[in-house]
Amino acid sequence: MNQDSTKISLTNRSKVVSNKKMTLLERFYLPAIFKGMFITFSHFFKKEVTIQYPEEKRKFSDIYRGLHVLKLDDEGRERCTACGLCALSCPAEAITMIAAERKEDEKDLYREEKYAAVYEINMLRCIFCGDCESACPKEAIFLTDRLVPSEYKRDKFIYGKDVLVEKKDARVDVSKRQTPEVLEFKKDKSKLHNK
Amino acid sequence: MDIHFILYKLILAAAILLLSLVIAMYATLFERKIAGFFQDRLGPNRAGTFGLLQPVADGVKLFFKEEFMPANADKVLYILGPSLTMLVALLASAVIPWGGTLMIGGHEYALQVADVNIGVLYVFAVISIGVYGVMIGGWASNNKYALMGAVRAASQMISYELAMSMSIVTIVMTSGSLSLNDIVAQQHGMNWNVFTQPIGFVVFLICAFAETNRSPFDLPECETELIGGYHTEYSSMKLGFYLFAEYINIFISSAMISSLYFGGYNFPFMNDLGLSHNMVTILGTVALFAKISFFGFVFMWVRWTLPRFRYDQLMRFGWKGLMPWAMANMILTGFFHLLFKK
Repeated sequence: MNQDSTKISLTNRSKVVSNKKMTLLERFYLPAIFKGMFITFSHFFKKEVTIQYPEEKRKFSDIYRGLHVLKLDDEGRERCTACGLCALSCPAEAITMIAAERKEDEKDLYREEKYAAVYEINMLRCIFCGDCESACPKEAIFLTDRLVPSEYKRDKFIYGKDVLVEKKDARVDVSKRQTPEVLEFKKDKSKLHNK
Repeated sequence: MDIHFILYKLILAAAILLLSLVIAMYATLFERKIAGFFQDRLGPNRAGTFGLLQPVADGVKLFFKEEFMPANADKVLYILGPSLTMLVALLASAVIPWGGTLMIGGHEYALQVADVNIGVLYVFAVISIGVYGVMIGGWASNNKYALMGAVRAASQMISYELAMSMSIVTIVMTSGSLSLNDIVAQQHGMNWNVFTQPIGFVVFLICAFAETNRSPFDLPECETELIGGYHTEYSSMKLGFYLFAEYINIFISSAMISSLYFGGYNFPFMNDLGLSHNMVTILGTVALFAKISFFGFVFMWVRWTLPRFRYDQLMRFGWKGLMPWAMANMILTGFFHLLFKK
């Protein structure tokens, strides 16, 4: 080791350890103990950092990636066409789906001729990377700032369409995930995604 | 002895027993709460408002846990251990004067279960038996960690008892009595022993930490080295007894510290306020419990501040640190007492 190199302190709080002989007062340890007790006592009046979860929630970043949502379009039809790109892009292999063909009387339910009859995400496998959202050509799946609640049984974590599809009367706001880059990209109509 | 007297003593004994148990129960919650505050957390607050039902929840949990006994454990001793610890912890409260006297219908009732004229000796005798509960439990578990904890507990308690007794001897010397009632009565008003015996008080306080196996002297049960020490093999309510006895011991130790050094039920200006006899007694009891609460808080405060001693440090401190001080204090006190107070 190069002994001439100057020591760089990151916090400026480090103290150089020395083995000097203690003075008589120091050997009693009592002043040091009182000092320590004063420090702990001062923490008594500091603000608690605890966030009491169900009642109180941490403020998430605007682009937080939490529980997924399957979006409906403006007329309340499901956007998903069960193309399978999200499942393909999923690094954790958490997404499965079964496609079905739209019947004549289901035009107000599904936007295109093909739809996902079954769409399941295993929340224990999911790593919330957001690749499904990036992969989706129909802007059907988004990650939201909601949390996946805890459950007692493992199979409860396999979320089907009943949970994932947004309700007509309770739309989920995903505009926060639309970063400036995304909005810029959407203006480019030459891209296949935006057609 | 008339029937009134016996009935009164029975009621008082039952009340103090109940009080010790309830206080120990809520001391567990209090400890967890203030541990939380010391660490910028909130502590338990889910069971009832402010977590007030937490001790009940803990008790229920301990009751319903599996009662496990190691196959090669000595069955009789295994059960005797926690029972003895609990019994001894509860016994010491008998001689502590919880207040002055109450005048009810022309009779004078002392707020003390037994005014034994060797009260101090009695307390020390009882506390010394306390080590057997730990030792027997650790031995009977047939587990090396438990045995290590028990051995540590035994040697630690014996070592610190010496310095503790020596600091008490000075109190006995100055007050000229072994009765706790007399010692407290002599500290009338603000005439507290702590002002004449500061060294003795510090030694006694440190030894009280060691005797109750509290941090920084919690070597018998240090979970990081001995996975629980003497109560490693205990579960369910037997473990509960050990943990519970610790808090009763804190309560009793705080009461002893308050009585011996901080005037017990005495409080400043108690005669100048012009209150009735009974009122002074009640206020005195309140003052005593305020002192006890404060020292209970100090016990917990120290626990969440100081790290644990190493074993050789513990022994060195006990024998080479506290003992000479206690001894010097004793000799000096005797010297001055002989010279000036005759």
